[in-house]
Amino acid sequence: MARQIAFREALREALNEEMRRDENVYLMGEEVAEYNGAYKVSQGMLAEFGPKRVIDTPIAELGFAAVAVGSAQNGLRPVVEFMTWNFACLALDQILNTASKMKAMSGGQIGCPIVFRGPNGSAGQLGAQHSTAFESYYANIPGLKVISPSNPYDAKGLLKAAIRDNDPVMFMESEVTYGDKGEVPEEEYIIPIGKADVKRAGKDITIVSYSKMMKVALAAAEELAKEGIDAEVIDLRTIRPLDWETIVESVKKTNHLVIVEEQWPMCSVSSEIAFRIQKEAFDYLDAPILRITSVDAPMHYAPNLAALAIPDVPRTVALVKKALNKK
Amino acid sequence: MRLIFQVMAKKFTKETYLYWYELMLTIRQFELKAEEMYKMAGKIRGFFHAYIGQEAIAAGCMSATRPEDPYITGYRCHALGIAKGLTLDSCMAELYGKATGCAKGKGGSMHFFSKEHNFYGGHGLVGAQIGTGAGLAFAEKYRGTDNVSLTFFGDGAARQGMLHEVFNLAMLWKLPVVFICENNHYAMGTSVERTSNVKDIYTLAEAYDMPGEAVDGMDPEAIHNAVERAVTRARAGEGPTLLEMKTYRYKGHSISDPQKYRTKEELDEYKHKDPIDLIYAKIKKAKYATDEELDAIKAKVDAAVDESVRFAEESPWPSEDEVLKDVYDVDHPSLFVMD
Ligand SMILES: Cc1ncc(C[n+]2csc(CCOP(=O)(O)OP(=O)(O)O)c2C)c(N)n1
Ligand SMILES: [Mg+2]
Repeated sequence: MARQIAFREALREALNEEMRRDENVYLMGEEVAEYNGAYKVSQGMLAEFGPKRVIDTPIAELGFAAVAVGSAQNGLRPVVEFMTWNFACLALDQILNTASKMKAMSGGQIGCPIVFRGPNGSAGQLGAQHSTAFESYYANIPGLKVISPSNPYDAKGLLKAAIRDNDPVMFMESEVTYGDKGEVPEEEYIIPIGKADVKRAGKDITIVSYSKMMKVALAAAEELAKEGIDAEVIDLRTIRPLDWETIVESVKKTNHLVIVEEQWPMCSVSSEIAFRIQKEAFDYLDAPILRITSVDAPMHYAPNLAALAIPDVPRTVALVKKALNKK
Repeated sequence: MRLIFQVMAKKFTKETYLYWYELMLTIRQFELKAEEMYKMAGKIRGFFHAYIGQEAIAAGCMSATRPEDPYITGYRCHALGIAKGLTLDSCMAELYGKATGCAKGKGGSMHFFSKEHNFYGGHGLVGAQIGTGAGLAFAEKYRGTDNVSLTFFGDGAARQGMLHEVFNLAMLWKLPVVFICENNHYAMGTSVERTSNVKDIYTLAEAYDMPGEAVDGMDPEAIHNAVERAVTRARAGEGPTLLEMKTYRYKGHSISDPQKYRTKEELDEYKHKDPIDLIYAKIKKAKYATDEELDAIKAKVDAAVDESVRFAEESPWPSEDEVLKDVYDVDHPSLFVMD
């Protein structure tokens, strides 16, 4: 069997390899160096690369994001870790108003090759302010790319691609998958940004998901298989650019589409997919596209309310049956 | 200046010492019990930040302010909530996520609130409440009260841009706010020394012509005196003050912190200045209470803490339809996207 490593180790390998390859890559963020990372992604990196390239910051998201953005315009290739994406809201001014617009404003002269990364979305009972899933927010912004991988293999290959990319890339991870193990080869590889991946082939219905909700989608597919329903599960991996062609190909075969995601429903990733697929594959759809998202409310702390707030396997299974008009 | 302050410093009454002792003991016993229910029983989840070691700040601030004065703080909020008068029952139930909690089980450890007690929480984004607290003060001034906002934040939060924008505004508009930096020497694993060349946080006020002072954050008397001066100035329309309370947290940043960044000796040094021991000793020395009376206070506190656990255990979970409640003033279905 190929080597198995944890999600956080896969990310670390990508960072280490890219920092060894390119002197201009550095890592900056709260607790990334001496504490070895709030979630231990950067464990051991200070020891290898030293404080010039693995840099602890004070709690000052707007300030250090701005310094990183400026340095990216002037020849460096920063990787900025946000302890979680909730805290990146403070840096939104730099991401939206500077990083995403530099190329356009300067008539193509000055780019911003930077990666912003960190855990995103809910992680148990963390309450309203620590649970937001941000993919759709950033995917709305032209000039940015948005990646949200579901497993160690994809995470490593995509993070390497993100660091080598010349545009600002938002790289969204999850606290609850950092410990997940998966096969990652020893040899170097890169996964191109913007390619979805069929994680399970099937013929009856297409389920599209990404990030930690892929677990729900795949588990639902297993449940459905027991009842004779053969679901195809597509992992978007990249949210912007959105690989809708892969979804269209699948829908041509299955004629049904269900989307599972952690965003709030209004203006979400599923909204965009539903628009695109009805436009590009209208004649192939046998039923309306259905979706399961987070409940349209801030996440509450109580365990029963938190459990209701995000998609789960039973409700996904029920939704697929509804899409297929089965009991 | 300092000399005059010393002369003005109040002689505290027996009642004040006994109030401080009982309040600090209540906060500590409550958190120790809650930590036990988290670790041993798994009844509490999410992030949990203990205030243990910092209790003198809650005590000294409370005796120097009035119930109408609004308080606001970060996620390390159990103690100030209890100090402002939230019942232990409603606090423990909140930690459990029960419907009877001080935020109906919706907030959890980081988000205690009580409008009734002028306790405005309980905020999760480091530094955000520095600005919100000035906003509470703005409203008091606007409405013509003489209430003062007590706005608490950590040493780590002091490095956010928010502090600088709001210090300037608060001075410019002479807002009735006392900014209280609880310098417990660490922001998660990062010591104050590693976050700035300015290690005395109170001196940041100078840049905005704001009065600033360092205070022994382990001593309720010193805290009371400093807060009383600041509050008096604010009530008189003279604007904000920054007080830097030098204190220490005995526990990790949160329940899951292995604390490799500090030594046991450093921790012990502060435990020797424990505020509860300090006040206990003063009460004994002044003969404000007998051993039996002090034992009775301890027994009363422990019983109230145990009762809060029983209350939380027996309380109901929020009903499932609460998921879509309290989002808007009137939660009309048309406001939500329902598939
Ligand atoms: C904007 C923001 N950035 C980062 C975090 C993560 N975080 C939570 S508490 C904390 C340390 C804060 O330290 P300090 O202000 O000293 O307060 P203390 O915890 O010591 O009371 C950090 C980095 C956050 N909650 N919000
Ligand atoms: Mg601190």
